[in-house]
Amino acid sequence: MSIDFTNMTMHERDFEVRRATRLSRMTVPVLVIAVLVIASVPWWAGRDNLRDFTQIAAYLIVAMMWNLLAGYGGMVSIGQQAYFGIGGYAMLVLANYFGLSPFVAVPIGGVIAVLIAIPVSRLAFRLEGGYFAIGTWVIAEVFRLTVANASWLGGGSGTSLTALEGVPRSLRESLTLWMALAIVTAMIALLYVFLRSKRGLALSAMRDDAVAAHSQGVDVKRARLLVYLVSAGGTALAGGLYFVANLRISPDAAFSVNWTAYAIFMVMVGGLGTLEGPIIGTVIFFFLNKFLSDSGTWYLIGLGALAILITLLFPKGIWGYVSQRFDLHVFHTGRRVVYVKTRTTGC
Amino acid sequence: MNSIVNIVIQGVLLGALYALFAMGQSLMYGVMRLTNIAHGDFIVLMVFILFALTNQGHVPLWAAIPLLLLIAFGAGYAMQHALLDRVSGRDPLPSLVVTFGLSVVIQNVLQEVFSADPRALATNGFESMSLSLPGGIAIGLLPLLTLAVTLAATLALQWLFGCTSLGRAFRATSDDREIVQLIGVLPRRTFALATSIAFVLIALAGALYSMRTAVSPSDGPGLLLYAFEAVVIGGMGSFWGTFAGGVVLGMAQQFGFFFDPGWGIWFGHLLFLAVLAVRPQGIFPKTA
Amino acid sequence: MPAILETRALTAFYGDFQAIFGVNITVEKGEVIALIGSNGAGKSTFLKTVAGLLRAPARQVLYQGEPIGGMPAARIVSKGIALVPEGRRLFTSLSVEENLLVGGYCSRPGRWNLQTVYELFPVLKERRRDPATTLSGGQQQMVAIGRALMSNPDLLMCDELSLGLAPVIVREIYAALEQIVADGLSAILVEQDVQLARRVSSRFYCLQEGRVSLSGVSVDADDEAITRAYFGVAS
Repeated sequence: MSIDFTNMTMHERDFEVRRATRLSRMTVPVLVIAVLVIASVPWWAGRDNLRDFTQIAAYLIVAMMWNLLAGYGGMVSIGQQAYFGIGGYAMLVLANYFGLSPFVAVPIGGVIAVLIAIPVSRLAFRLEGGYFAIGTWVIAEVFRLTVANASWLGGGSGTSLTALEGVPRSLRESLTLWMALAIVTAMIALLYVFLRSKRGLALSAMRDDAVAAHSQGVDVKRARLLVYLVSAGGTALAGGLYFVANLRISPDAAFSVNWTAYAIFMVMVGGLGTLEGPIIGTVIFFFLNKFLSDSGTWYLIGLGALAILITLLFPKGIWGYVSQRFDLHVFHTGRRVVYVKTRTTGC
Repeated sequence: MNSIVNIVIQGVLLGALYALFAMGQSLMYGVMRLTNIAHGDFIVLMVFILFALTNQGHVPLWAAIPLLLLIAFGAGYAMQHALLDRVSGRDPLPSLVVTFGLSVVIQNVLQEVFSADPRALATNGFESMSLSLPGGIAIGLLPLLTLAVTLAATLALQWLFGCTSLGRAFRATSDDREIVQLIGVLPRRTFALATSIAFVLIALAGALYSMRTAVSPSDGPGLLLYAFEAVVIGGMGSFWGTFAGGVVLGMAQQFGFFFDPGWGIWFGHLLFLAVLAVRPQGIFPKTA
Repeated sequence: MPAILETRALTAFYGDFQAIFGVNITVEKGEVIALIGSNGAGKSTFLKTVAGLLRAPARQVLYQGEPIGGMPAARIVSKGIALVPEGRRLFTSLSVEENLLVGGYCSRPGRWNLQTVYELFPVLKERRRDPATTLSGGQQQMVAIGRALMSNPDLLMCDELSLGLAPVIVREIYAALEQIVADGLSAILVEQDVQLARRVSSRFYCLQEGRVSLSGVSVDADDEAITRAYFGVAS
């Protein structure tokens, strides 16, 4: 084998770094239309549909936040229900005892959850991997038992949201829907912008290989903490929202591990580590729930078995598989190198 | 004063059961770095298999328990080969999701087959026999048996891992799955064996648990948390640590129960958090 | 009498990436062969394939005439091939003695046991209860060699024994190696240090980009030819 240095030809190709695909360029206009349509729902849809949308919103937020934590932060938690419950109860306390409008109390509940998440993270982060997961569950149980033992909060049987008693039902439901829509839209938009940014890229790097990312200057500890806090706050928003719609809260409903179970199902089926995945997973879950949940135990067995199968066979979820196979991106968060021209030079 | 002694004694006896719950998990995590969310549900599953053997199968208890251990050994081997082996690896996510799914499936299948009612194992009165100590303290024979079994299991595991060729193979496989093949160890088979032993421990724990309390299909997650807390409090990496952790957890819960029936489990959780805050490596962490 | 090891047009892949392209290497019984070549030439890949850590088609690797390609590594050990892997790869949670004992997991009859290994490397006996990773690089290499010997192989393969070690330690290790092969054990030594490799072996093969670029008798080999074969520069 020899390298002939004297008579070399080189091919040069020009390339571009592209940040969108044809499909993803359609995303924003389509979503704007969707938001407008959903916002108009109170005028043309039935009562059940209003509650449905709010419920989907709560599931979607929980799924997106779990996805942020596990799919982007690399931290698997089975204890996010702690913040769901905190969001719910914070909203209730602020509304019932401090006279705040529940619609204002929901975001404040999110802030409270973040403040609580700061010391909690210092405990939880002492564990890793699978033990971190179970540890977060224990912490959620501590919150549940504490609230259940607090009689002024209604103890084990819970209590009602009285602050909205005077408000006419249709107005209440419309406001709830718009708040849900606002939260979901803001969340998707913020996540999309963030993940496209340099910081978002650092997050993906960290998830893939924390040591390598660290060596490239990514502050892994700080990034993990931020992701944990954001996830806590977001999940609390979902909790507050859910119980504004539900009007009645109890420790078992608010701090149930089922919230995380549903999140895991939605994210794994939809597609971990993508923005589109949780959305697809939520839609699938919602329809399964609506039509099959009457079957009780068989429905749950089916969900569990489906989650197992998807994890084993399609670890990237439905969207992950489709996205990879057909190269589709609705929310394009990466950068791709595309060759555009070929020219030859001799030297 | 008497009540404190009683709390401690009852705590140790309760803790021994928790330690037994935790042994299987300690083993699986130690060898395979696998966190099994369905751990508690497997304990409950073993309990209901025992029910099926004694009730529907009319097998007398003294024969049913050894049979259960045999079934458990086989089930563990099969579970590892068929399912868990496909998800053990560096990334914890698949194993967590799969075992979480298993947990849901097991709970609901049991509920479907056996109904949600709690039931206890009939032992012809053994569960209420007790020893009377001076000072009015009564020690149940069943808890005492549990303590003996847990001690024996801890000793056996410690011996297995520290002094035997198989134990060395376990530790070597958990250290370096690739290179261990160069000395003649088949990682898949080693893991399956470890899971089998863990399942035998799970079955033992289930049998003793069901004699003492009425068990229902949804009890699994609670047991998982006790086992997990025992391991973390005691210190990961050592079986005696797990034993100590279980005992300490039992005592904390008994203190809680003493003040208020609703506070027992909560006290245990608080102790767990305290250990995590102050001494995260546990009471007896493995050195080196 | 078949050669103890023979590879016929051996190929090896890491996934889709081909690392070895048709390598023919023969080791006669009792011989010490050196395998030299620069980084990435395929030397470690070759050893791993023979040892069974990488799959190869059955007939491409013959051990004492028997095709062993594709056989799981754990079975190949029981046939009598032992590998001292690159970088030592000792078991971190085991002590020195436990690392040696676990090497004898697959027990074959032969002269090597705990006592004879300690006679070969006395310093290991002093530190037998210490965690293996607390030893110096050279001592860890001794443990790794001892671990491989405990299975009483008929063919010993050593991957870069001298890696990261001071010259005086390397001399010690190779002196021990001479004792090991003295009573007829066959060996393949992978080494980047060409002179060292030539001194201890009877024949050598030079690999370059996954192919044999030169082979010959170690004492006779021409330095210039080796250099060219090593780096792949045409004459």
